[in-house]
Parts: sequence; C-alpha cells; structure tokens
Amino acid sequence: MSNPYILQTRGLVKTFRGFQAVDHVDLQIRQGDIHALIGPNGAGKTTVFNLLTKFLIPTRGQILYKGEDITSLKSAAIARRGVVRSFQISAVFPHMTALENIRVALQTFEGNSFSFWQSGARLNKLNERAMELLDAVGLTSFANTTTVELAYGRKRALELATTLAMEPEILLLDEPTQGMGSEDVDRVVELVRSAAKGRTVLMVEHNLSVVSKLCDRITVLAQGAVLTEGDYETVSADPRVREVYMGSDGSGERGATETNPASAEAAQ
Amino acid sequence: MNQPVNPADIHKAIVEQQKIQDRKKLMVNGVLLLLLLAAPFVMYPVFLMKILCFALFAVAFNLLFGFTGLLSFGHAAFLATGGYTTGYLLSNFSGLTTEMGIIAGTAMATLLGLAFALLSIRRQGIYFAMVTLALAQLVFFFFVQSEFTGGEDGMHGIPRGELFGLINLEDNLNMYYFVLVVFIACYLLVQRIVGSPYGQILKAIKQNEPRAVSLGYNVDRYKILAFVISAALAGLAGSMKSVVFQLASLNDAHWHMSGEVILMTLVGGMGTLLGPVVGATFVVNIEYLLSQGPLRDWVDPILGGTFVLTVLAFRSGIVGEIQKFIKKNLG
Repeated sequence: MSNPYILQTRGLVKTFRGFQAVDHVDLQIRQGDIHALIGPNGAGKTTVFNLLTKFLIPTRGQILYKGEDITSLKSAAIARRGVVRSFQISAVFPHMTALENIRVALQTFEGNSFSFWQSGARLNKLNERAMELLDAVGLTSFANTTTVELAYGRKRALELATTLAMEPEILLLDEPTQGMGSEDVDRVVELVRSAAKGRTVLMVEHNLSVVSKLCDRITVLAQGAVLTEGDYETVSADPRVREVYMGSDGSGERGATETNPASAEAAQ
Repeated sequence: MNQPVNPADIHKAIVEQQKIQDRKKLMVNGVLLLLLLAAPFVMYPVFLMKILCFALFAVAFNLLFGFTGLLSFGHAAFLATGGYTTGYLLSNFSGLTTEMGIIAGTAMATLLGLAFALLSIRRQGIYFAMVTLALAQLVFFFFVQSEFTGGEDGMHGIPRGELFGLINLEDNLNMYYFVLVVFIACYLLVQRIVGSPYGQILKAIKQNEPRAVSLGYNVDRYKILAFVISAALAGLAGSMKSVVFQLASLNDAHWHMSGEVILMTLVGGMGTLLGPVVGATFVVNIEYLLSQGPLRDWVDPILGGTFVLTVLAFRSGIVGEIQKFIKKNLG
C-alpha cells in the first residue's frame, strides 16, 4: 500500500452539550512511528483516544485505518482489526491470575468465547503463548498470582502484555507511566520500545523525558485543537507550546513543572 | 526478571493445582449428593422439594448476579411464567405428560428472558435493576388481570401426572427424586458454564467491562446469553415448583420474590457455586421454623435484619466466609 499513514482522522469533532472538547483534529499517524499526543490537562487527549476506539461516538469527522473508513465500527470490532488501546488507570482483571488475564486476550481469536458447554481445560492450549508473553514483560514467576496482589508497575506490565496478546498493528497507550516511580518508568520505556518493533504506537504521555526518549513524532493538543506537530526538537522549541503549558500569565496548570518541556530537558 | 525461572515448570505447577481443585470439587459434590439421596428418609419430601426449587431459582439468579455482575430485580417474572405456563398446560390438556408441561414452561420463561434482556442489557447498575423491575411489574399486572391464572386466588389443583407417562409423580418419593435429578443437572450445568471458555469471558466482563471491550469482546451479546440462560433456569424452577405444590400463585410473580432470591444469594454467598443453595436452604428453613413459633409475625423483620447483617458484616455470605476461613487457616 502506498498510504504511509496507518491511522488518520479528518475534522474530528466531539461536543459535550455545547462544549467543544475536540475541535477539528486532523491526526496523521505514520506506520511504524512512536507518536506522542501531549498537551496540558483538559486538552482533550484522552477524549481523542476514546473517539479513536469508539468508546465515545464522534460528533463529526472521519477516522481512517489503513485508508479505510472505520468511523462507524464498534469498539470491539476496531480492537479485532488491530487497533488496541490501554487505559489511564491500569486495566486488568483483578481477580484473575496473570496467566488468565492474558488468556482472555488470546481467546478473542479462538472462536469459542460463547461455548458455555465446553470444559475450561480447552483453554490450556493457550498457556504456552501466554507464558511467552508474560516472560517478555518479566512476569513469569507471577503467572499464578492473582492480579490484585501485584505491585502497580507489574500491573501495567501485565496490561501491556495483554494488549500485545491481541497482536495489534497499532497500540494506543494512555499514559503508560502515570503514577510510577522512576525505576518503573525506565522499565516501561524499555517495554514500549520493544513492543513497538514492527508496530505503530500512539501514546498520551505527560512525562516529557519519556516522550523525548521514545517518540519519533509529537502532536500537541490545546483546548481540543492541534497546536503544532513535529519531532521533539521542533515542538519543544515552539514558544506557543511553552505558553500553553505555563499559561501566558504565568499561573500555570496543575503539574506544569513536571510536564514543562524546558524542565524535562534540564533533567536529562 | 527477578530470579531465573522456567516458564514450563511454572505452567506445570499451575495445571497440577487445577487438578487438585477439580478433585476437591468432586469430593464436595459427592458428599452433598449422598446427603440429598438419603434426605427424604429423614425429612418430609415436600419440604425438601421446596428447598430444591428455591435453590434452583437462586442458582439461576446467581449465574447472572454473582458471575456476570448484573443485578436483575425482576427474576420473579421468570419463576411465575414457568409456573403458570406449566400449570395451565397440565390442567387443561390431559394428553400432556408432566415433562412436556415443564419443558413448555421453561421455554416460555426463556423467551420472556430474551425479551427482558434485549430491552435492558444496555443499561448499567441501578438502571438495569430498575428496568428489570419495571418489566417484571408489567408481567405481574398481566398475571393479575388474566383469567387463566385465577387472579388473586391462584391456580389450584395442577395435576402432577406421570413422568414420561410411566412414573407416577403423585408419589412424593418419586416426585422428590425427579426434582433432585433436575436440580443436579442444572447445578452441574451452571458449574460447567462458570468454568467454560464462555465463563472466562463473563468473569472478565464482570471485573472490568471497558477492558473486555478493548480486547475485542462485544459484551452485550455475552450478557444477553447469560441473562437468557438464567431466565430459563429460573423458569424451570417455577415449573417444577408448580408441579410439586400443584399450585401457581401471584406470590411467585410479586416483586417480593425478586427480593427474596437476592437475599438467598447474598446470605449464601454470591459468586460461589454452593452459596445460593445454602442461602435458599437457610431462608426456607428460617421462614418455616419462625412460622411455627410465637415469632410468626416477625418473619420479615428477622429476614430483613439477616440481610442487613450480611451486607454489613459478612459480605461474602455463608459459603464465601467459610471459603475465606479455609484459605486463611488451612491453605
């Protein structure tokens, strides 16, 4: 295919009772890129994610996946085509073991998910693949641990492994490092980097040092609209980006210091 | 990441553990079976059948509430639909054998369940409960107004008839073993469903619905299937009950009954297989014992108090608390 973009939006709009949360957003995600979506709180990043995966219905606009219009598809159908998302708060099945968590994802393609008369032992054939995926994120020894007992960083790792079990073509990660200590952050950066091999990743991320380490391209959202787009150098040099993060009157958003490009550069 | 571990070894240990659990389950089931087989020689069979019918009703309800996470407040509608349909057919068509009447009653409840599910499944939490309650009230109204149900008087003198035209069900012992066979079959079916590939998806939906959607599952369809199976089993319980007591009455359709099955499930332990059985046994016994003594006017407040106590202090119910205790002290 000549189309270099795996995922595109055209004039994407979402209004909530007159409030324009997403305002004519045109995104272009190039195949194979790690693409970041950044912006101050309330800029509409998560809303865009929800629109792309149809957890919210767009008011107007189009979503194209590999050139094909998927705007009318349902969430589950989009996931099956290879656009798989994670969530801001770790999305796991808390009262299942780590192994069972992964098997739920693998089972999507088994065609027996309605078979209420079959023995559960049939799912054991998925175990080998599930163990491989757990091994890839360093959770082998926790395979039989109930997920609710795992530490936060491990839950996120499990979530990533579950997402990868879907063999996605494009991964949508909503703040994969949120709420993590610096050790865990480094580990997640490595996981994302290895997961991105042969895939496209679109991630919402607040931690700009993570963005600068990982991402090929960055789109900055502010008040629901695209402010600018480019690689890290271009974006971080743009005075408008500093302005939306700091606020022109210097009042500053919540968490502005940690998300400020300048301070992130200084930290490196 | 921490210590070198071999995935294959870990996996082997997990499969071993599953086998041990299966064996334990088999043992518990075996002991219960022996008790149930011997019970009618110690206790009055009709009373035991009452327990089994309500236990089946609660097991059906628990499939939806405990294992899918959907609180239906309208399950009385299925119990009553099963009961009235079977009662009407057996009373008016003498050519029908008992099991045909029961199958027809179950089928009607199944269809009604499908209709309820299609109308309510998109709602969440309390709204789902309210929609099911409203629909069940419509069904109640229908039964009150219809002539064939006998209105406030109920439908009396339903003939028990003969099973397959061979076994005389007027005999209480025959009737008891028939009810027992049906109950065990349904109990094993629910056990199978919960452990099946489908059961895994129900579990996933119950624990984190958005995540299940993002993994490619069209969750409404899974919920609808669970609702329909649950309604079918509740209808079967109603059908059996009308044959056992030779009576179908408005009590079964009243919202009190929808509340009672919630109580049974919670007291016994929601989301456990045995919980609803234990809960139904508990509630039916308490009602019986109290009605014999000086506290006969206090049945409702005492059951209400039990309910509050369970919700506040023993949230896992009788079976759930016992399981926790065993896990903590012996496992």
